[in-house]
Amino acid sequence: MLAFTLRRLLLALLVAFTVSLVSFALLRISGDLAAAIAGPEATAAQVEAIRIDFGLDQPLPVQYVEWLWGALRFDFGNSFFFRDTVANLIGNRLPVTLTLGALAILFALAVSIPLGVVAAVKQNTWVDRLALTVAVSGQALPSFWFGLILILVFSVNLRWLPVSGSETWQHFVLPAVALGYYATPSIMRLTRTGMLDVLSSDYIRTARAKGLRPNRILFKHALRNAVIPVVAMAAVQFGFMLGGSIIIETIFSLRGIGHLMYESISRKDFPVVQAILLLIALIYITLIFVADLLNAWLDPRIRVA
Amino acid sequence: MSILGKGESPFLRMKVTAAESYIAPSPWRLLRRRVFGHAGLVVGGTVFLLIVLMALFAPLIAPYDPYAQSLTNRLVPPIWHENGTWAHPLGTDRLGRDYLSRLIYGSRISLAIGLATAVISGLIGSVLGICAGYFGGRVDMVISYIITVRLALPAVLVALAVVAITGSSLHLVILVLGLLLWDQFAVVTRSATMQIRSQDFVTAAEALGCSKFRLIFSEVLPNVMNPLIVVLTLEMAHAILLEAALSFLGFGVQPPLPSWGLMILEAKPYMFFSGWMILLPGAALFLLVLAIYLMGDGLRDVSAPENRN
Repeated sequence: MLAFTLRRLLLALLVAFTVSLVSFALLRISGDLAAAIAGPEATAAQVEAIRIDFGLDQPLPVQYVEWLWGALRFDFGNSFFFRDTVANLIGNRLPVTLTLGALAILFALAVSIPLGVVAAVKQNTWVDRLALTVAVSGQALPSFWFGLILILVFSVNLRWLPVSGSETWQHFVLPAVALGYYATPSIMRLTRTGMLDVLSSDYIRTARAKGLRPNRILFKHALRNAVIPVVAMAAVQFGFMLGGSIIIETIFSLRGIGHLMYESISRKDFPVVQAILLLIALIYITLIFVADLLNAWLDPRIRVA
Repeated sequence: MSILGKGESPFLRMKVTAAESYIAPSPWRLLRRRVFGHAGLVVGGTVFLLIVLMALFAPLIAPYDPYAQSLTNRLVPPIWHENGTWAHPLGTDRLGRDYLSRLIYGSRISLAIGLATAVISGLIGSVLGICAGYFGGRVDMVISYIITVRLALPAVLVALAVVAITGSSLHLVILVLGLLLWDQFAVVTRSATMQIRSQDFVTAAEALGCSKFRLIFSEVLPNVMNPLIVVLTLEMAHAILLEAALSFLGFGVQPPLPSWGLMILEAKPYMFFSGWMILLPGAALFLLVLAIYLMGDGLRDVSAPENRN
């Protein structure tokens, strides 16, 4: 287990380093950053001044090393737009996004696990087919459109929940639903296949033969084992949600890092964009690492591979 | 027996006729039976085909030029509202452009993005995946590493940032999404190739002295085609949704093109008074993506019925 952990840790660090390199390179070579910051009306002299001001005249490797050296100490420089450091900006906004992500994943689990269990228990009946249909249609809903529809129905027509902002818990309900439903189809399918596998296994037959109550078999014996891969999947989905939060936070004006990312991209505030890109990738890599360890801890067969 | 001659025994004759009357269904017939027996595939395929036809014949179907503005006819509501008129069955937008015509032309953009992106990413992903699965060892290690790195990069954010620097256009969105969405292709073709690699017919072809190129193209590729087509449909849907999201954020397809995502963005200021303006393009998007997903799921069931669950 220790060897496996160390190997995985090394791989995660290597991936993190490569991701930082790629995301840095992507933003530097896909266009003239100085010209983008200066805007279309700037003169050549102004663009040159900005280039020197932000150190963009240095060779790329030098820029990268300087940036990486700063990033390792959580120093991402100053925002071009706000009079604040990038680290402070992100630190202030991160709690909102993490809260949103946590609520969204909770919503997704609360919907998809029961649906998956029911679909597996009633396999090949109309219940099963309905659950699968709901899952497929969920995947096809564009999340930004779904968010707008939620606003129209629950905030405008029914007036139950606020339209936008992030002051009270009510502000998080609609965004969490809009962000969370996207993960429900995959979690539901995984729960369903997991349950089908487990329900046909020998120890469930033994439990049934012993005369245990069906509910007890279902929840204590079957679900417990079927839910293991679901937990790992949920971790991965949480990572995806942080990326998807840019759309949902923008629609609901939640002041998290997704919204900050959107504003910063619009304002060409590249130190912030770069830092958020790295941060979200790092969170994702960490989640995958933890999910891998969790799976390997629960299933010794994985450790060997 | 000798008196009756060959094949003249009444029993024998019965057997022969029974064998003749039973004609085994041809593979095509079996396929047809499976395809048309699958409700999701039939419904999804039909809707998808209708949308493709709508895109192809847009100039014939659309009642108006989707770009023609008419400032005296702005924000006309659709026909089911009190003030709706049959002149504009689905109303007009803030510049007086006919909404129905824009929705019809919008299908062209979504389909173009979906197809072009899936082809680009499919090429990249399947080359990487087949190489990793076929050669294994070091090659597999390096390619798996590349896939891991790609998965760690949040696609939406990278696409947004790149498009924001380079300036956005339809071609750029296709290129960026195509270069980003190849991961599933690589993952699926890699594992499919690994399975095929160890089969006897590949070993036999190798023993016959086939070149690597020929082995990959005529032994491996035809056998990974099924999963590849399934991923192709799913990634098409993915690309269509992403383009809509990018356009909705203002960094995708640019005005005046009638992209459905862009139409939702343009309708957003009016959403509280004219909800139909965001409902219609979103519904079109939902319908197209749902049809593609149903088709993809159906194709998976039809091509590999044994792992349906």
